[in-house]
Amino acid sequence: MKPIDYVAEVSSVPLGEILRRYPLVADYLANIRLNGVDETRTLPEVLEDIDEDMLEEFGLDREEVIYHLSAFLAAFSPVKSSVDEISSITILGGRDKVGRPEMVELTVTPGEVVSIVGPTGSGKSRLLEDIECLAQRDTPTARQILISGSVPDVNKRFTSGGKLVAQLSQNMNFVVDLTVQEFLEMHAKSRMISDSAPVVEKCFAVANALAGEKFTPGTKVTQLSGGQSRSLMIADTALLSSSPIILIDELENAGLDRREAIKLLIGNEKIVFISTHDPLLALRANKRIVIRNGGIAKVIETTAEEEQTLRKIEAIDSILLDIRNQIRGGGFVTKDSVPEFQER
Amino acid sequence: MKLITVAGPPSSGKTSVILKTIEALGQPAGSVGVVKFDSLTSFDHQRYDEEQIPNQTAFAGKICPDHFFVSNVEGAVEWGLKKGLSVLVTESAGLCNRCSPYVNGILSVCVIDNLSGINTPRKIGPMLKYADIVVVTKGDIVSQAEREVFAFNIREVNASATVLFVNGITGQGAVMLARHWQDAPEIQTLRDRKLRFTMPAAICSYCTGETRIGEIYQMGMVRRVEFDDV
Repeated sequence: MKPIDYVAEVSSVPLGEILRRYPLVADYLANIRLNGVDETRTLPEVLEDIDEDMLEEFGLDREEVIYHLSAFLAAFSPVKSSVDEISSITILGGRDKVGRPEMVELTVTPGEVVSIVGPTGSGKSRLLEDIECLAQRDTPTARQILISGSVPDVNKRFTSGGKLVAQLSQNMNFVVDLTVQEFLEMHAKSRMISDSAPVVEKCFAVANALAGEKFTPGTKVTQLSGGQSRSLMIADTALLSSSPIILIDELENAGLDRREAIKLLIGNEKIVFISTHDPLLALRANKRIVIRNGGIAKVIETTAEEEQTLRKIEAIDSILLDIRNQIRGGGFVTKDSVPEFQER
Repeated sequence: MKLITVAGPPSSGKTSVILKTIEALGQPAGSVGVVKFDSLTSFDHQRYDEEQIPNQTAFAGKICPDHFFVSNVEGAVEWGLKKGLSVLVTESAGLCNRCSPYVNGILSVCVIDNLSGINTPRKIGPMLKYADIVVVTKGDIVSQAEREVFAFNIREVNASATVLFVNGITGQGAVMLARHWQDAPEIQTLRDRKLRFTMPAAICSYCTGETRIGEIYQMGMVRRVEFDDV
């Protein structure tokens, strides 16, 4: 729908009915201080009584309000954007810091997890950045990213407003002063979900299942612990974000069930890249990209042996977790807290 | 020469975004310059000097920063042309949330900061509403959901703008902004071009140095609030 398609409707239908059809119009009116007007009248009728000077402060006159609102409706008309549906992402190698070419072509499909490993400063973040901006041999690494097997068109690349890629890192915090419930409702509203209650409820339940310590819907998001925040962010990204690709910069162990977190993202058909130093995360991925000296040194497929070994590593991890809980609960750590290891 | 106007609230990250975008442009050193419009003081010239970016700083002092901008931007363009710049960036702070230093046909960039509050896009007004590109900074330290809602609130005010996330510290996202700058039109002068929006009106006794409070001292354009009867 184009703006012009809405002009007749906006000009002739009473505001109350417009608001019923398009709830978002309430925001539009509030943004130009037209909230609280008589909703039984049409917008042109309402505008007759509005001081032109007031409209001028917003850079509008009466006629422009009609067109501007129509443009607003057109911009938010529910066309399913192609951004949501991608069948794969492909990384074509560029070069490392000394100019050596990366001999890589890696295609990842929805439901797959790829970990990115390498020493600090080796270029893991740079790879995440290349994916985020859909690099076309125009970043320092000269890598190229293909979406669904082809070069993304310029418009998608430069106007998608970051919608293709969602990001999650240890540095991220909640800053808004809202409760968990209000926060999820706000996010659902911005996704134009008309009946948000079920998804908000589900998101809350899933976040709570991931978190080591439980929280209530009335908790302020700024008061959540690190693990609770991360849990809420992951549940929200999996269930409420439209982005098909998720870039994760390390996920710490504390207070978060990471295995379930990854499962949740995969189950929602996301393509997940995780930059990590942690063997539990790295081995849980289908593949891992090894970064050295700014370049992709190799891509390793997780072997069957590694998958088996992962179970042992998980056992070790859960021993440590138990010990942590014992200490946290005021208990003693005994010799029996750690099972005997085989001689190596 | 291409002209880019960058505006945004104080400390939103304009200078950092400009520095990173100039780097991403990859033009020969000295061919991209900046004119910074500020009110009282500015320390940004040091940062431009460090990167050997030709720059000038202009202080509005007691003049309305917007009026000051529009009466000097033509001079800024002449300076840029004489310097032989290929791209000139003007940087100005929108101090009263009413400023919109954008010119028709000239690429306008508004920089706002994701930490400034989720409803900030709804309060900034013409500076946001008339921008071609809205750059959101500090998005790396807030949650994905807050970034999405922030971008949504921007679109509610300016449905046609391109919203870009740029990290002023690492430069992530600057490549995309640079691409938009490369597509900006070439100009020779600004003469006879029009502002996208009228400047804030203010011709009252306080403009001319009055300091006393009271109705009898007020002349010219004055608007009074009608407080509720009690």
